[in-house]
Amino acid sequence: MTRLLEKWAVDPPLVFAIFAMTLFGIAMIYSAGVVHIPNAVTQDAWVKQAAWFAIALVAFTVLARVPLRWIEWVAVPSYVVGVLLLAITLVIGTGAGTAIGVKSWIRIGGFGFQPSEFAKIATILMLARVLSQRKEPLTSLRDLLLPSVLVGLPLALIMLQPDLGTALAFGGILFAILFWAGTPVALLLLVASPGVGLVLSFDTRIWSAYIVGVVAFLYLYRYRLFLFESVAVVLANVAAGTISRPLWESLKPYQQNRILVFLDPEVDARGAGYQVIQSKVAVGSGGLTGQGFTLGPQKRYDFLPEQHTDFIFSVVGEELGFLGTMAAILGFAFILTRLVRMAEESPDPFAGLVLLGILGAWLVHIFVNVGMTVGVVPITGIPLPFVSYGGTFLLMSWVAVAIAVRVAHER
Amino acid sequence: MNVHHAHERRRRARGAQLMIALVLGLLAAAFFRIQVLGSDAWELRATSNRIRQLSLPAPRGIIYDRNGDILVDNVPGYAITLLPGPLDEARETLERMSAYVEMSEERIERVLATLRRYGREVVVDADADFETVSALEERRAEFPGLYLEMRPRRRYLLGEAAGHVLGYVGEITAEELASPSFAADLYRQGMVVGKNGIENEYEQQLQGRQGLRYLEFDARGHIVGDFGGARTDPGESGQDLHLNLDMELQAWIHSIFPDSMAGAVVALDPADGGVLALYSAPSYDPNEFVGGISTDLWASLTADEGNPLYDRSVLGLYAPASTWKLATAGIALDLGVVTPDEFMAVPCNGSFTFGARSYRCHLAEGHGFNNLAQAIGNSCDVYFYQLGLRITLDELLRRSTEIGFSQRCGIDLPQESQGIFPAERAFWERRFGYAPREGEVLNLAIGQGPNSQTPLKMAQFYLAIASDGSAPTPALAQGANEGEGWSLDLAPEHLESLRDGLRAVTAPGGTAHIRTSLEYWEVLGKTGTGEHAESQAGTAPPHAWFAGMAGPFGGPPEIVVVVIVEYGQSGSSVASPIMSKTADFYLRKKYDIPFDTVQTYLEHIQRGPVPAWYRERYPTNAGSR
Repeated sequence: MTRLLEKWAVDPPLVFAIFAMTLFGIAMIYSAGVVHIPNAVTQDAWVKQAAWFAIALVAFTVLARVPLRWIEWVAVPSYVVGVLLLAITLVIGTGAGTAIGVKSWIRIGGFGFQPSEFAKIATILMLARVLSQRKEPLTSLRDLLLPSVLVGLPLALIMLQPDLGTALAFGGILFAILFWAGTPVALLLLVASPGVGLVLSFDTRIWSAYIVGVVAFLYLYRYRLFLFESVAVVLANVAAGTISRPLWESLKPYQQNRILVFLDPEVDARGAGYQVIQSKVAVGSGGLTGQGFTLGPQKRYDFLPEQHTDFIFSVVGEELGFLGTMAAILGFAFILTRLVRMAEESPDPFAGLVLLGILGAWLVHIFVNVGMTVGVVPITGIPLPFVSYGGTFLLMSWVAVAIAVRVAHER
Repeated sequence: MNVHHAHERRRRARGAQLMIALVLGLLAAAFFRIQVLGSDAWELRATSNRIRQLSLPAPRGIIYDRNGDILVDNVPGYAITLLPGPLDEARETLERMSAYVEMSEERIERVLATLRRYGREVVVDADADFETVSALEERRAEFPGLYLEMRPRRRYLLGEAAGHVLGYVGEITAEELASPSFAADLYRQGMVVGKNGIENEYEQQLQGRQGLRYLEFDARGHIVGDFGGARTDPGESGQDLHLNLDMELQAWIHSIFPDSMAGAVVALDPADGGVLALYSAPSYDPNEFVGGISTDLWASLTADEGNPLYDRSVLGLYAPASTWKLATAGIALDLGVVTPDEFMAVPCNGSFTFGARSYRCHLAEGHGFNNLAQAIGNSCDVYFYQLGLRITLDELLRRSTEIGFSQRCGIDLPQESQGIFPAERAFWERRFGYAPREGEVLNLAIGQGPNSQTPLKMAQFYLAIASDGSAPTPALAQGANEGEGWSLDLAPEHLESLRDGLRAVTAPGGTAHIRTSLEYWEVLGKTGTGEHAESQAGTAPPHAWFAGMAGPFGGPPEIVVVVIVEYGQSGSSVASPIMSKTADFYLRKKYDIPFDTVQTYLEHIQRGPVPAWYRERYPTNAGSR
């Protein structure tokens, strides 16, 4: 029996950890529905999530037995399909639930799904496919051009929806895969530097010091880069600093508000800051041991926003306390390090790159979702893998698990 | 170098593990800070999040009239309150609500701004009607954040009849909250306070102390129940207030005052200065102000040319005209410059020449020789011109100021105009830029010139004549007359001479006889024709005054009534019947005599034969008109 289960799981440590995490998620979704004034949608969400879990397990069982070469072969067509679907979504897409204004869903009959979840896996496979061909590290900006375009295309389409959270996940995928393909960390930092510059440009003095730092870094790093590349990095940084103000002004007031509120939620405690404050109150009042499963008053009295989806971790914090949040974070730590371990042990370049791509996506999801419940990250609509309520997302996450165990264990 | 060599993979795997550790470590640190280090503060915040302290308005004190009848009380009303919550949700609630409650876009924005600013409940409608509240209650789920409660609603039983004197209540303003007259420990945003009249003057006494209740809410603003952790504080009702006002008398005056006209009626009790009635027309219904007056009504009230918000009884300043002649007479008697029976040197032939100017009497054919009482009865201007000259300008200014014609009465109301009367010659220089000529005294002596008095002030003056020459401060509330009042310092025989003059006005042949003669009571009084800028220009009739007093025959007067009717033409025709009918109503009630709306001699003969009581009283005069 045990052997049979191990055989089913292909990689028992990863799969059983994720299995437990999904059960934990269903329990928390159940708890999120236990409120003072019951609401049919949130009350039955856990049942739906359990049903989706069953479907996800079937999908996992099947996909975990697909030969690696098939997966490799399907990378290009699925990427093309994924990008096309994203383009179509912009035209016929609809919003759903809490993100009603965002065009990220395609509905066919009563069934709806998010093409971006599919595109995420397709992009991972595509990048891994392309980069697994080369054995030498990517050392110049020119080497990074093709991977950046491959990620940039779906990312741009998702930004148009707009869905910042999922777009961030694509950034995570790109950096994780580039890293595993041997790109030096210094070069990755240079690529990321215009983004950092954009943020720092709110203060001219800090930004000036930062630019001096970038130039100094480029000088130390000069023997690794072509001159035009160094110039491009500096120009990109200067451009980022220049456009920051027009960019800020082009943001919609609610978007500006989210950023201002991130810096200080109390500036608008009844408006945009409400969610962060209520979430922090819930997490904070959980204390060390929590209010007890299903017993969180903040949650019960409906003070928590989106408590079964984006803010599910606030429920964890309120009801299970610091011990509960640490257990969950350690669980994720185990899952993520297990992915790294599998990549390390797999001699197949494609397998390693796929595993790191999945890691990059999940790490971003976890950091942003958990971080926003305590105000470490601005509020972004992004679900927590295996825990947040959401059928497509759970299914696609388990598809990712199936691909991960398959690519890692095919000898 | 092969990046996928095992050695390279191990190196990068370590880098990846480090990254994971950094990211998750940062999260763990954030949770440690909030959940372990800062837990207590957040826990407190969580509790206050659910428990809302809501004010429990205490009923204001009841206002009674002199007979213990209720003038102002409280009835159950409904308030719609919006509790603090996410702004988007609050906006949606308000927008959905506008289907049931009239609410402009601007009003919604104002409510949201208050919510954002104070972060506590905002009263959306302090005076909702029952139908609206039940409609909202039925659809509770659609209106998260709405709190519907019963709260006492002020009711003014006299309505328009006592609008000015009672005032009205309204929500406290930011300026009022900041002012020292509203004690900081007693007043809170959202409370209802007296805005005007008695409601404002006795605010502290009527207000009481607001209570508190603690309710447990969920985030959608649904009430979970009373919070067991803290006890409800019911607050304290305000103290009741007993007025000298006679409610029925006030209503009666409102019913007899000519509908389309403006003016005021003041009725005082000579025994103690108690205000029996204080009426100003046109008026407003204070009930309309309860829970916030509608914008339309407010606009129509403020735009109304009749200025219904203006309390003419205590704020209106009018030239006292002939009613003032009693002051001239009193001063002259007191100074000893005239005796009651003496005639003036020049008989009245319709005008009087002083210096280069001729001063007219109101009767062109003249009054001939008059003694004091006759001069008052005829209101002979020529007699009073000469009396003024005997007093001299300086002495008239000094004595009038001494008596208090440039002071307030000190009635217990938040606002009262100060009378205008020159204290010294410099007044003319300050105001008109020239030194007064000796002829000014002629104008002043007949109540014209730079002399403006409120109806209340004239009532207080006539009260002094009605009694022993002193008049207490008029008081609305029982036991409130603490002011010194004032005294004319006149000998009893001099007062009697003045009253004889007033008697001549209402006696057969007097200017006000037929409209003031009553079956049971003796009426004394003085008419007045108040000139003003428009009447002097000939574009409008003058204001009509009648100042009088009445009581049982042979006894002292028991009520003093002063009436002014703006643009009323003459005091005898418009103002005098209001005075006599007011006095009759009050005295009949006091002496338990059945009431009749046919009161004056004129009313009797318009409806039938000369009444028996009149024949008996004036056997030779019966039938006169």
